Amino acid sequence: MNVPMNYLDGNAAAGELSRIFAMDVTSAQGQCAHCGTIRRFAEAHLYMQAPGVVARCAVCDHVLLRLVNARQHMFLDARGMTYLRLNM
Amino acid sequence: MWRVGTVVALHDETMMARTIALEVPDWPGHVAGQHIDVRLTASDGYSAVRSYSIASAPNSEGRVELTVERLPNGEVSPYLTQELARGDRLELRGPIGGWFVWRTQQTEPIQLIAGGSGIVPLMAMIRWRLATAGSAPFRLLYSVREPGAVFYRGELQALSDRSNSVSITYAYTRATPKDWSRPPGRIDATLIATGTWPSNLGPTSYVCGPTSFVENATDLLIAAGYGRESIRTERFGATGDRK
Repeated sequence: MNVPMNYLDGNAAAGELSRIFAMDVTSAQGQCAHCGTIRRFAEAHLYMQAPGVVARCAVCDHVLLRLVNARQHMFLDARGMTYLRLNM
Repeated sequence: MWRVGTVVALHDETMMARTIALEVPDWPGHVAGQHIDVRLTASDGYSAVRSYSIASAPNSEGRVELTVERLPNGEVSPYLTQELARGDRLELRGPIGGWFVWRTQQTEPIQLIAGGSGIVPLMAMIRWRLATAGSAPFRLLYSVREPGAVFYRGELQALSDRSNSVSITYAYTRATPKDWSRPPGRIDATLIATGTWPSNLGPTSYVCGPTSFVENATDLLIAAGYGRESIRTERFGATGDRK
């Protein structure tokens, strides 16, 4: 198998996500907009080598979320998820 | 957002790893398994952030312990393990993470599987289980390179000497103690069969280690009948950097 083992878990994004969200996103359940799988965000595969954070579906590898820091701004792209169910 | 912790104690766990005890005045308390982000800023303004698991059990004294492994080419870990001194201050963010945690309300059998420094968040769970005299049965499968690389050795030894606490199985990948029955090697199906809870007991498992270690252990657990939803994982990259 030659798949590079360079990803982490969605857990590892918790610090960055805590800058934006009041609640813990990593224990929320999200649905992949591509394959429909519903899983905890913590179970996503996380790539942090990019200038930002990219979370991919653990099943189909589709991008779920991107978070990019650009000096005074932060870009959040979450269109890879149809929804995120947070624990109140 | 960022808090400041003061180093109150330092303790070497192995040749490569050091425990750093911090006092954080406004610490809100943590749950066993959570991590914090540490930010170091150079005089020219360059800053680096790394995630480290909390090793200490939840407490109300605002005390947080991290165990940091030194990475030869690391940007942050050589400083934390070699230069940091008592009285120094560290910027930190946290506690972080709500998924890779163990809470005392969980009474099902708990299977912990650690690869190298992946023991750190699992140790927080073990310490919390002992501190609260919980009833959840714990087992730990701890994979390390060699006997000298075991973190918290004395504490774990004392645990395995006590009946009715945490049962521990070691797996050595490079060198074993003398007269060790199993040759050095990765965790395999045999070790999973003998060193972990049978899946029919409905255990929850926590697996922490380098990415390839977590992949291997998770595949073996699933092959042994564990449901994917009962396995919680925390990976760190090939460099050991959590970020």
